[in-house]
Amino acid sequence: MPAQPDLNLQPPRPAWGVALPMRKSRSTAQSITLAPPPRLVIVALDLYGGPTRLLVAVGDRVQTGQPLAESALLPGLKLPSPLTGRVGEIANRAVAGPDAAAQRCIVIEADGPESRWSGLAADDPDQLESGELLARIAGAGIVGLGGALFPAAAKLASARGATLLIINGVECEPYISCDEMLLRERAADVIAGARIMLRAAGIARGVIVIKNSMTAARIALRDALEAAADACLALAQVTARYPAGGERQLIEMLTGREVPASGLPADVGCICQNVATAAAVARLFATGEPMISRVVTLTGGALGRPVNVEARLGTPLGELLPLAGGYACAPERLVMGGPMMGRVLASDDLPLTAATNCIIAAAPGELPPLPPELACIRCGNCMEVCPARLLPQELLVAGRRQDAAALAALGLEACIECGACDYVCPSGIPLTAGFVAAKARLMTEQQRGQRALHVRSRVEARAARLAAASLERAQALDAHARSLAAADAGAGADALAALLGGRPPDPPR
Amino acid sequence: MMPGPGQQAPHWRAAPAVPVMMRQVIYALLPAIACFAWFYGLGVIVNCVVAVLAALFTEALALRLRGRDPLPAVTDGSAIVAALLLALALPPLLPWWITFTGAAFAIGVAKHLYGGLGYNVFNPAMAGYVAVLVSFPDAMTMWPPARIGDLDYAGLSGAATLVYALSGTLPAELTADLVTRPTALDSIRLGLDRMQTMDEIRGGPVFGDFGGAGWEWVGNFVALGGLWLLYRGIIRWHIPVAVLAGLLVPATLFWLADPATHPGPGTHLFTGGALLCAFFIATDPVSAAGTDRGRLLYGAGIGLLTYVIRSWGTWADGVAFAVLFMNMLVPLLDRVTRPRIYGRGPGRS
Repeated sequence: MPAQPDLNLQPPRPAWGVALPMRKSRSTAQSITLAPPPRLVIVALDLYGGPTRLLVAVGDRVQTGQPLAESALLPGLKLPSPLTGRVGEIANRAVAGPDAAAQRCIVIEADGPESRWSGLAADDPDQLESGELLARIAGAGIVGLGGALFPAAAKLASARGATLLIINGVECEPYISCDEMLLRERAADVIAGARIMLRAAGIARGVIVIKNSMTAARIALRDALEAAADACLALAQVTARYPAGGERQLIEMLTGREVPASGLPADVGCICQNVATAAAVARLFATGEPMISRVVTLTGGALGRPVNVEARLGTPLGELLPLAGGYACAPERLVMGGPMMGRVLASDDLPLTAATNCIIAAAPGELPPLPPELACIRCGNCMEVCPARLLPQELLVAGRRQDAAALAALGLEACIECGACDYVCPSGIPLTAGFVAAKARLMTEQQRGQRALHVRSRVEARAARLAAASLERAQALDAHARSLAAADAGAGADALAALLGGRPPDPPR
Repeated sequence: MMPGPGQQAPHWRAAPAVPVMMRQVIYALLPAIACFAWFYGLGVIVNCVVAVLAALFTEALALRLRGRDPLPAVTDGSAIVAALLLALALPPLLPWWITFTGAAFAIGVAKHLYGGLGYNVFNPAMAGYVAVLVSFPDAMTMWPPARIGDLDYAGLSGAATLVYALSGTLPAELTADLVTRPTALDSIRLGLDRMQTMDEIRGGPVFGDFGGAGWEWVGNFVALGGLWLLYRGIIRWHIPVAVLAGLLVPATLFWLADPATHPGPGTHLFTGGALLCAFFIATDPVSAAGTDRGRLLYGAGIGLLTYVIRSWGTWADGVAFAVLFMNMLVPLLDRVTRPRIYGRGPGRS
C-alpha cells in the first residue's frame, strides 16, 4: 500500500509546458444557461467501454432518469434516459464523442410533459456504507466527465489502497470553460461530491486542483471549503501552462510521484476525478437526479454569443447553438474539445455526449489549417515543452524509420498526445499525429505478435498432449509385453518390441 | 474512420517560424557585419555578397538536382545565414573564387550531400571555412589590419580591393606583405615562439584593449547580436555559456599560473572567432547536440578544444576545427544525455 504522499498545494512552475492564449473569457461572461428539454435525444449505448443489455424496447414510453440499458461488463452500471418520451429506434449514429465512428444509439422522442422516474430519490450519503454509495453512483450512470467516460464507481471501487483523491478542475486547454463556470457557480456541489467520493472510495484525503489564474473559482471554492469545514479536503493551485491539467502531470506536480507508463494513477496511490463528475455525484444524492445532463462550452469566433450551457445528454448540437447566439459567420471548422486535443466534427448536428465538454465553431483563420511542413532543424523547442520529458525531434526520426525498438527506447508510450510540441514547432511538423499513428502501428504489431504467440502455444500444447498420450500408450504396451514375456519368454515380446519401434516419441517442441 | 491530414489534433499551432528565426539571425548579424566592414573595408561586403550569392545558387542547384522545389528552401534563409557566418570568418581581402568555393562547399557538400536542412552533420559554414583554409592556405591567412589607431599602414583603396577580389592581383606597387599584418592570434603565436612575454606582444600595433584592435569592436557587436537572439528566444543559453566557459576557464587558470606566457581570458574572448562561435556558430541547432545537458557538454567541448588548438595546435585559431570535431560527437552526446522519461526509473535508458 503506497504511503501517504506529501502534498504540494502550490507546486512551482514546471520546466515543461507552453503558455497558450486561453481565449476563455469569451464564454465566461454569462452564467451557465439551462437548455430547455430537446425534442429528441440520441444516446450512445456502448460508451462505457463494453456491450450493454437493453432494458427497454422500441416503442416503450420512458421517464426521465429511467434506466435504458445496463452494462454487461459492469453489472449495476446503468444508462439513465435523459428525456421523457418514446423509444424511437436503435441505430448506429455518429455522436460528438471521443470516437468518430458511428455508435449504437438509442433515440428517445419527447412525448408530453416531463416526468421523473421514481426509482431514484435523494438520500443522505452520510447514512450509507461505501458499497451502497458506489452502487448508487453506478446506478445513476455517472461516468468521468473529463472526457475519458470511465465509470466513476468502477474507478472509486478500484481505489482500495489509494491515499489521495484528486478532483481535477485545472481545465488547461484553451477555449474550454465549463469546469471553471461550474466551480464559480456550484463550488459547494463540487465539495459535497468530493466528500461523497472520499467516503465511497475509502480515501482519507482529497484535493481540489485549479489553475492559479482562476480567481473567481478560487474565491468560490475557498468559501465553500470553509462552509464545509472538512479537514480532509484541500485546495491546490497549479500553473496555467498547458498541459498542467494532464492527470499524470498533475500527480507529479502535487505529489512528486510519477505514474508508470503502462500503469494507472492508482499505482502511485492516487485517484483522479473531474470536478463535473463530483458535482454530478453531489446532485444525485441531493436530488436523486442521475446523470442526464452536462455543462458544455459553446464558443469560437463563428458563434454570436459564446456561452456555457447545461443540456441533456443526447441533445443534437443544432438545438443548442441558438443558445449561443447562432452563427455570426460560417464556421471554418468545428472542434469538439479543446484546440489542442479535440476532434474535428463532421457536422454541427451530432448529439451531445458526456464527453462533449466544448464545441468550438472557429471563424475563418481562427484555428488556421496546417501550414506546409518544413524540415526539422532540431531546435529543441518540442523537447523543452514536452511534459513527459521526451525528445520529440528524435521520436520523429525514429518514427519515419519505423524503428520500433528506437521508438520504445525513446519512450513513445509515455507520450500523452497533448500537442504542445506541435504548437511550438517552428517547422510546422505534425508531430503528435505521427506519434498517434506510430503508437497504433506498434499496438497492432504487438497484437499480431501476441496472436502468433497464442497460436504457437496452442500448437505446442497439442504436441505435448499427443506426446503424453503416445508415451502412456507405449508404457501400457510395455507393461503388457512384460506380462506376456513373463508368461511366455519368447517371440511375443520381440514382436511387441518391434511394434513399439524401440524409439521413444519426439519430445514436445 | 481516420481523420484526414490537417484534421488531427492539435488544431492550433504558433505560426511556422523557421524563416522568421533565420531572418532574426540575419538581423542579429548585421551590426557585426557593419562594424567589420567599418574597420576592414569594402572586402567584407564583397565577401558577404559573393558568399550569399554562391550559397543561394548552390542551394537552388542542389535542390533542383535532388528533384525538390527550390523555392521554400531558398527563401527560408538558412543558406544566407551559413553564407554570412562563413563571410565573417574569411579574411576581408580574398579573391572571389575562394569565397565562392567555401560557400558552395558549405551548401553543396556539408549540407545537401547529407540530406539538406535538418540533416547536415557538420556545421556548413565551418565545413566551408576549413575546406578553403586547407585548400588556399596562403590566401586564407592574408589578413589586412583594422583601420584603427596609428598603424604604419596605408591601406588598400576600395577600387584596389575590388580588383583584388575579382582578379586576385594587387596593384603593381604593393606586395602581400605590405597590405597584410599578422592577426592578434598570429602575433601571440609568433611572439611566444620568439620567447617574448605577453606584455611585449600585446604592445604591438594590432592589439587593442583586450584583443585585436578593431576586431574587439566587431566582437562587441557579435555579442550584442547574440544577446538579442537570447532575449528573443531564438537561441538558448546553454551553448553560448558552455562555449565561453570552456574557453575562458582554462584560459584564466593558465593565465593566473603564468601571465607572461599565456594570453588572458579577455584576449581569448576578443580575438579570432570566439564570440561568433559562442553565439552564432555553435548554436546552429541542426549540427549541435539536442538535449540540454548535451548542449552544455557540446559547448564546453568546443570552448576547450578551441583553447587547446590555440595554445598548442598548428592553427592560430581553433574554432572551426573544434566545432567540426564536436559535430562528430553529437550522436554520442545525444544518446548519453537523454533526459529521464516521465514514469521511468533511472535504471532504464
